Amino acid sequence: MKNSKKDYQKILGSVQKPVLGEAGKTGTWSSKKPHIDLNTCIPAKSGKSSCFNCWLYCPEAVVTRTIPPQIDLIHCKGCGICMEECPVNAITMEEVKY
Amino acid sequence: MDLPEEEFIYPGTRACAGCGMALIYRIALKALGAKTLVTVPASCLTVLHGMQGFCSTKVSVYHTPFATTGASASGIVASLEDKGLENEITVLAFAGDGGTTDIGIQALSGAVERGTNFIYACYDNEAYMNTGVQRSGSTPYGVKTTTTPEGKLSHKKDMPKILEAHGIPYIATGIASYPLDLFEKFKKARTIHGSKYFHILSPCPPGWGYDPKDTISIGRLAVQTGFWILYEIENGIFKLSKPSSRYLDPLKRKPIEEYLKAQKRFSEMTQQQIKVYKVYIDNMWKDIKRRIECQN
Amino acid sequence: MYGRMSRKRDYYGGGEILMSLIENQKTNIDNDIKIITGNHAAAHAFRQARVGVVSAYPITPQSPVVEKIAEFIANGKLNARFVKVESEHSALAVCCAASATGSRVGTATSAHGLELMYEMLPWAAGNRLPIIINLATRSLGAPWSVWTDHSDFITIRDVGWIQYMCENNQEIYDTNLQAFKIAENSRVFLPSIVAYDGYILSHTMMPVKLENQEEVDEFLPPINHHINLSNISTIKGIDPVTTPNIIKRIEGTAPGYYEFRYALQRSLENSIDIIKEVHDEFTKKFGRSYGNGIYKIIQTEDADTIIYAMGSVASQARVAIKKLRAEGLKIGIVSLKLFRPYPYEDLRDFFKDKENIIVFDRDIGYGYEGVLSYELKAALYSLKKKPNIKGFIVGLGGRDVKTEHIISGVHKALNQFKQGIFTNKTDFLGLSLDELNDYDESNYFDSR
Ligand SMILES: Cc1ncc(C[n+]2csc(CCOP(=O)(O)OP(=O)(O)O)c2C)c(N)n1
Ligand code: SF4
Ligand code: SF4
Ligand code: SF4
Ligand SMILES: [Mg+2]
Repeated sequence: MKNSKKDYQKILGSVQKPVLGEAGKTGTWSSKKPHIDLNTCIPAKSGKSSCFNCWLYCPEAVVTRTIPPQIDLIHCKGCGICMEECPVNAITMEEVKY
Repeated sequence: MDLPEEEFIYPGTRACAGCGMALIYRIALKALGAKTLVTVPASCLTVLHGMQGFCSTKVSVYHTPFATTGASASGIVASLEDKGLENEITVLAFAGDGGTTDIGIQALSGAVERGTNFIYACYDNEAYMNTGVQRSGSTPYGVKTTTTPEGKLSHKKDMPKILEAHGIPYIATGIASYPLDLFEKFKKARTIHGSKYFHILSPCPPGWGYDPKDTISIGRLAVQTGFWILYEIENGIFKLSKPSSRYLDPLKRKPIEEYLKAQKRFSEMTQQQIKVYKVYIDNMWKDIKRRIECQN
Repeated sequence: MYGRMSRKRDYYGGGEILMSLIENQKTNIDNDIKIITGNHAAAHAFRQARVGVVSAYPITPQSPVVEKIAEFIANGKLNARFVKVESEHSALAVCCAASATGSRVGTATSAHGLELMYEMLPWAAGNRLPIIINLATRSLGAPWSVWTDHSDFITIRDVGWIQYMCENNQEIYDTNLQAFKIAENSRVFLPSIVAYDGYILSHTMMPVKLENQEEVDEFLPPINHHINLSNISTIKGIDPVTTPNIIKRIEGTAPGYYEFRYALQRSLENSIDIIKEVHDEFTKKFGRSYGNGIYKIIQTEDADTIIYAMGSVASQARVAIKKLRAEGLKIGIVSLKLFRPYPYEDLRDFFKDKENIIVFDRDIGYGYEGVLSYELKAALYSLKKKPNIKGFIVGLGGRDVKTEHIISGVHKALNQFKQGIFTNKTDFLGLSLDELNDYDESNYFDSR
């Protein structure tokens, strides 16, 4: 078995490829999920690009900076930071079943 | 808020819910942009980066053994210089407090003493979290960890001071609770040639013992009680950052108890120990006051 | 394979060829015969290999390598970055990161420096980074000793590096140039260490032919690395955490740790062929050879008894066999050049019809015996007709390895073979316990 041009020769340094949900669907880590009340949310109500605290403080980058803000619940870990940091208490954490 | 919308970390990482480090890293990469090459030692950040053939970040990352963050940055910078790419790519070293203040302090000291052109950021969650919350040189006084069940008996190292003794052009502290402050500091650091050092307090829900929703508010309390001070030192000139500037006045500071009581890791502190904290914080601020007065 | 080697190549490179070249000396820095130390031979090889990044830390007896490189850079003779680190651990960490960023890199060290690098050695191998370390061998403390033995060299045999041992300064220069070419071969991609005895070679002046830069460039083109982190748009992350198993996702499949390490082992095994090929190519181009590139043989053709050794010990044995042959012994030498990957097939092939092998180790696998000795015994185990083998320990901590030690070792071994004595027990030659007036071995080693 010498120098057969097998795949192992390609297994050199361990190189990574960027992927969404590297740890899987991290949304399943928690049963509580943020829900934005669009009647209270500042940009949703005013139609103006303002606030976006939920987008800014989300460690997981699952909130969009759009009017209204949208949350990728498949990957949201349900930490509740967005709820805490919403200046008008537009976000509540609600039980979601998977 | 005028932070760029572009994200460099894909959602669905391995970091815990509410991880302060994840948010710091997200903000730092927004400031530094896509042309960043990161070197990361063993830590929670290694785990955030992902496993085997897949990663959660869009920037390029070199993983390096625990003690070698500073040296690996020097190696990357040297190679970029060899290729004439040193002005194209920002080299960022991102390490935990253990990797910075303990096992990696020698390599870091060497790298900045050589004037390596890079940014070194220490996210300080004040213990070895990745291996199960053991104490580090950056664990504060009184904290219970798995190796200090009786509470730590010494204060944390003042790492920025150690770095300042190296005479580097830029040092900054930060915290994710003030994202704009942190963002602006990283943007500035990017434009400065030489070694830049960041020390960023990084609240950690499981390690510190609080609800993940409080990551931002705990960090804010750290600043409001005067325990964590936001500042920059640019070419030796000390400048208190805006969020911290009002706490130069001791009367404006919230009582340290508020910060301590919010976290399980401080739960068994005695009144005597809390007094020690008060003196510790007062002394830190007195130093700063003196320093500012001297500069004026 | 061995049959292909010409008679002339029985002898290790250097001597005669060098003398003939001295006649057409030129004043140019290269394409010239220089009288230089082993350390400087290594430094010149780095210069001519056009390394892009060097990082090193001083330690006796290696330091002159990096001093010379610093001088080359300062004089503009080498366009490289020299990262002057605060420890050897950092030196190899710098080398690993710089290699992963796509540069040709190298360093040099000795003994304690190599041991301090230890954590980074499997890192470099696992990442398949073609870094070259020059090792001026030195014994390991305690007690402190700056003199040579091969203890440092053998400690890294299980981490996935190619390991060469040299016997003269020309060989150091030549092996370095070959080592880069081999390490960077797309079928190899492995880090390598080029060793030579501290002081005996590192600080001894010998004639060394430095080749014309254009010829060296032709032999050793710029590195074409499999990892290049400076290519930030395509290469994302390297050396992450792996699991014991293969990971399958819709985005692709990733090998597990087991597969990476299998590939490392296979590439090491296969590198033997490439080492021979590159050695032959070097010989064709520059006219110097070192046996078959794996080991060197001296007067073995008619020999039934072989001395097996490495580096300075093999050199000393060259003197000893002249006397032994005068006594009528049919004796020759195998000087091992390639220590890892261990060339068990070549050795088995060579030794299959030899009668006696006497191994002189300038090292010990503490708690067992000399490493060359026990590894050879294991390698020859499958031979139908097994040669007699005895190992001796010599020259630890720089103790002189004298011709008479080797001669007495050969006599003792042949005697024991006659009596049918075969043992793994270590036998130290050149010990002078009797010169210690107040030394009473029984105080230390109670025989009860
Ligand atoms: C040489 C070495 N010793 C120990 C370890 C084990 N280890 C890995 S991560 C870690 C703790 C990291 O702590 P820190 O740097 O604070 O980062 P955090 O995990 O808190 O994010 C330790 C001790 C190692 N990887 N390498
Ligand atoms: S933080 Fe609250 S108010 Fe602000 S954008 Fe988010 S949901 Fe709306
Ligand atoms: S709960 Fe946490 S992860 Fe989910 S959107 Fe809010 S801040 Fe982000
Ligand atoms: S242990 Fe702490 S620092 Fe580590 S990932 Fe979890 S929250 Fe973040
Ligand atoms: Mg930590």
